[in-house]
Amino acid sequence: MDDFYRDFILDHYRNPRNFGKLEAPSASAEDLNPLCGDTIRMDFDVHNGVVRDVRFSGKGCAISQASASMLTETIKGMRLEEVAKLSKDVVLENVGIGISPTRMKCATLGLRVAKSAAIGEIAGWPDEE
Amino acid sequence: MIAVRTPQAIAADFPILRKPTSRGKRLIYLDSAATSQKPQAVIDTLVTYYSEYNANIHRGVYEIAERATEAFEAARVTVARFINADYREVIWTRNATEAINLVGYSWGLQNVKAGDVILTSQLEHHSNLVPWQLLAEKTGATLRFIPADDRGVLQLDNLDRLLDGAKLLAISHVSNTLGTITPLDRVVPAARAAGATILVDGAQGIPHLPVDVKELDVDFYAFSGHKMLGPTGIGVLYGKRALLEAMPPFLAGGDMIRKVEYEHTTFNDLPWKFEAGTSNIADAIGLATAVDYLTEIGMDWVRAHERELLGYALERLAPLESRGLALYGPKDPALASGVLSFNFADVHAHDLASILDTEGICVRAGHHCTMPLMEKMGWPATARASFYIYNSNADIDALAEGIEKAARVFKL
Repeated sequence: MDDFYRDFILDHYRNPRNFGKLEAPSASAEDLNPLCGDTIRMDFDVHNGVVRDVRFSGKGCAISQASASMLTETIKGMRLEEVAKLSKDVVLENVGIGISPTRMKCATLGLRVAKSAAIGEIAGWPDEE
Repeated sequence: MIAVRTPQAIAADFPILRKPTSRGKRLIYLDSAATSQKPQAVIDTLVTYYSEYNANIHRGVYEIAERATEAFEAARVTVARFINADYREVIWTRNATEAINLVGYSWGLQNVKAGDVILTSQLEHHSNLVPWQLLAEKTGATLRFIPADDRGVLQLDNLDRLLDGAKLLAISHVSNTLGTITPLDRVVPAARAAGATILVDGAQGIPHLPVDVKELDVDFYAFSGHKMLGPTGIGVLYGKRALLEAMPPFLAGGDMIRKVEYEHTTFNDLPWKFEAGTSNIADAIGLATAVDYLTEIGMDWVRAHERELLGYALERLAPLESRGLALYGPKDPALASGVLSFNFADVHAHDLASILDTEGICVRAGHHCTMPLMEKMGWPATARASFYIYNSNADIDALAEGIEKAARVFKL
């Protein structure tokens, strides 16, 4: 587990990318890990079904915050449908190996929030007849 | 009786502490406030029960059923003696939480009315807060809180005013997050004078301090077996006999009845009136073995040992304060039990706990089921080390070295 805290993880923890909130987000979601109290919020600026901009905010451990930070870089420019279908593999690809099963919940918190923002936005689209 | 006890000799009685971790480290268990480890004697009691005389109690007329009944009721007497109570005042529950809920639903719904005050404190575990929130919602009573200062010490200056109109004082003996010992010798007489009924959440009290319910003069004392060397799934509600007699049953079913007709039931005597269904026989007997073990060591020794450990921990960790270690709580071994909450620089408590884990050190990280207290103090999470009879100064040295390792991992 101590191998997990590599330089790039600490860098994302201490200098999170895309951190903050959007003034008028087209989609957002927020969730917490009730086990530890970590919270994450994601704001999307969506244009023609594509995530044009993204911000995350929250508090928590290096694993949850660094994972969320890296995820914002992954999903910028993605279509909402793609975000909605992301699996935890994307988190594993971003952070690499070394997460214990209990800490996986921290690592995937941002993913869960991003997906619910995307799914919520898609659900609000008018049906295409 | 063994004349001189050392934590090393005690640790030898705990098989789990002799097994190295998967990384080949010595297991350094500093999470006894969550659950304690179990001595071989307790494990043996469970094995003997299940392999030699497992049978349901109070009904069977055959030999092993009689043996089980005898051991189960003897366990109650052992626990009663340990707290200086009558056996009829010892009700088996699953844990302290269930014991507190029993009082909330049975005594509470019968006695608490709209406009009454339930007084508790800002330090409480959710177990001694949420049941009272529910009772207040159901009855129209009001919750009031004894404030704690930023060290987690209860502020008793306005105690009499807070107790004005209080029907119930529900307070922890020891804070699970900060270790603060409630000065019951001050709080209980004030609550008595105000006419309040007194419930003490002893989950973190009885494992670590001598408890004499008569001397404390409390009406209810709730605790869990698993935090005091016993098995999980067994707890106790102590209640003064007159109060328990007057209370309606909480759960209904077998064992708590005397006579059942289709339309009407006569309930059993104390303590069985509150024990519906087949009890947790094995674990009650196991808890009695734990109590015997603690009695042999002596609760005064337990308290003195933890006081020394906390003193040593405060001294040993102090040099790390200049490097960003924040120690919370009273920071005075006279005022606290063997619990120490802390944070280190910008390392989140969960990351700290994960790094300590790589060295075989078990600490708790999070809100410790005291979310309102964490919010009040402005801590998103803390790491918590808690000590017991098997811990020694060497464990605290390991903790200090573990924190140094976290500093290296986080490039601090």
